[in-house]
Amino acid sequence: MSKALLYDATLCIGCKLCEQACAEQNHLPYNDSIAAEEKLSAHKLTAIRARDGKFMRRLCMNCADPTCVSVCPVGAFRKAAAGPVVYDQNRCIGCRYCMLSCPFQVPAYEWNNRLPIVKKCDMCGERVAAGRPTACAEICPTGATQFGERNALIAEAQQRLREKPDQYVNHLFGLSEVGGTSVLLLSSVPFVQFGYRADLPHEPLPMLTWRVLSHVPDIAVLGSVLLGGIWWITHRREEVATAEGAEKVRPS
Amino acid sequence: MNGFLSRRRVTFWQGVFAVLLVGGIYATFVRFYYALGGATHLSDSFPWGLWIGFDVLCGVGLAAGGFTLAAVVHIFNIERYKPVLRPAILTAFLGYLLVILALMYDLGRPYRIWHALVMWNPRSVMFEVAWCVMLYTAVLGLEFAPVVFERLGWRAALRWMRFVSIPLVIAGVILSTLHQSSLGSLYLIVPHKLYPLWYSPLLPMFFFVSALCVGLAMTIFESWHSSRAFGRQLELPLLASMGRVLTVLLAVYLSLRFLDLYHRRVLGLLLEPRTETYLFAVEILLMLVPMALLLRRSVRFDPAALYLCAVMVVLGFVAHRLNVTVTGMERASGTSYVPKWTEIMLTLSFIGLGFAIFRWTAKHLPVFPAERPAPAEPKPIPSRARLAPQPVGKD
Ligand code: SF4
Ligand code: SF4
Repeated sequence: MSKALLYDATLCIGCKLCEQACAEQNHLPYNDSIAAEEKLSAHKLTAIRARDGKFMRRLCMNCADPTCVSVCPVGAFRKAAAGPVVYDQNRCIGCRYCMLSCPFQVPAYEWNNRLPIVKKCDMCGERVAAGRPTACAEICPTGATQFGERNALIAEAQQRLREKPDQYVNHLFGLSEVGGTSVLLLSSVPFVQFGYRADLPHEPLPMLTWRVLSHVPDIAVLGSVLLGGIWWITHRREEVATAEGAEKVRPS
Repeated sequence: MNGFLSRRRVTFWQGVFAVLLVGGIYATFVRFYYALGGATHLSDSFPWGLWIGFDVLCGVGLAAGGFTLAAVVHIFNIERYKPVLRPAILTAFLGYLLVILALMYDLGRPYRIWHALVMWNPRSVMFEVAWCVMLYTAVLGLEFAPVVFERLGWRAALRWMRFVSIPLVIAGVILSTLHQSSLGSLYLIVPHKLYPLWYSPLLPMFFFVSALCVGLAMTIFESWHSSRAFGRQLELPLLASMGRVLTVLLAVYLSLRFLDLYHRRVLGLLLEPRTETYLFAVEILLMLVPMALLLRRSVRFDPAALYLCAVMVVLGFVAHRLNVTVTGMERASGTSYVPKWTEIMLTLSFIGLGFAIFRWTAKHLPVFPAERPAPAEPKPIPSRARLAPQPVGKD
């Protein structure tokens, strides 16, 4: 049931129509100078990068167990059943922990806005919920960006890797990175060359903090009992001392 | 002559405070008029800077003396530490209020700070920290309340407070343990971004133990300052025995740090000639040197040397937290972050504000125990110790 995007860099011609469609969909400005920017930012939620005639796309990976969802203190992010990781700007307090911790360095902030919000691709959450493909996949003229069922896209990608091993690096990026993502990438050159990290763990990052956080009740309960007990013991001695003192005083 | 000098010193510090205040007000205007972008050098790839790294993470740690001493005096019933308890609680209370104030500058939408109360996400470390800090600030307020009641002569309120004092202290210690360590847990989720000399699954433990160390160091630091400012006797034997405890805690902390590097097999990184290595060395030395010095009785009983050791521990602590939040995060982010003047200005203003309020409160409320007639010359001990060739023995 979960949807995904498959981006195959070998099919991409660098026309940047996806960038334009994305800007329109999200009511953001788009012009030549913005098109030339290769960085994700509050006004550019997806970017095509070019290196030596090869292309690579950057966007929110819409992780299966997203770090941003787990770290946000007010629960501003939510992983929709259909795949998109959506953001509720009315909850956000602007602590920017999501930006610090996203393993793909995706969320961007409106630094110069007095009432800023976080900006990131949300895999066209509304469109997908309505059963439509994302704006970028719809407009892509070559099929480099493809929208569909995650399982079907994985099968498709693995078939391409099997059939044309010489055209690809043997890696379906997003299959298992940080526990899997809803954006899958294929490329003919190693992903690190385009700024994707090669050293990401294959288990979801939220596990790292949860392992500690899950012990909070234990510390609270055991700690209180222990401290209460120590207090009782240390002050018991005092009671005994005063009682003994009183006894000694009375007979005399 | 003496009076004249001290009057002049007061004027100098008042001048400093006035400058900080004016600078702080202007920086406040810049922050809220030109937004975070105009007031900080933060960016999408470096979203947390000085305000989180120093004002919040160090601020909370520097206030750790409050819960440490509350536990020592009220739970472990070690009465002789009582004279330094109230100042420590006051420092902690002011510290937390300032942390919250700093947070109001750093949050993009400060007026929504209450959202954490009603919009829960128990999987978030930040959520836990928010709740603990809020509850603990309330606890500190209540722990300090008797001082105000005493001044106002509210007997009934004082008697009432005695009933809740122990549960309050226990709650305070638990809340502190939780969030002091959780400040370290915040960084557990960035194994790929934090430089391996600092990223460790033991981060929460390091943050907790170093908070205990700096809690003691700050108490020594404060006692020294307030004894000078208010012309009081220094509780030297007491502070010296705190120095002893501090040594042990520092030894535990440093052993943990190096065992951790060893088990994660990154000791080799210490041979790499790069910024991270040097700053790591600074951080460790600032903890190691006072530890070694405090082993000597002559140092523990020399007020100036003891004070210097406390200062080093405080600096070492700050260096560690800044290494985690800034130095260690720079390489992976691909940017280099240097705070903007507004960030530094506001940080200094917060510190100035803290000092000023502490002074004012200590002057007008019974924070320090009423001075007893000075005991007959406690001096001979230190001077004899300093003369002795290799002093060994008990405090
Ligand atoms: S890539 Fe980052 S922002 Fe996008 S879902 Fe994953 S953790 Fe969240
Ligand atoms: S910046 Fe907003 S969305 Fe991101 S973690 Fe903080 S409150 Fe949540």
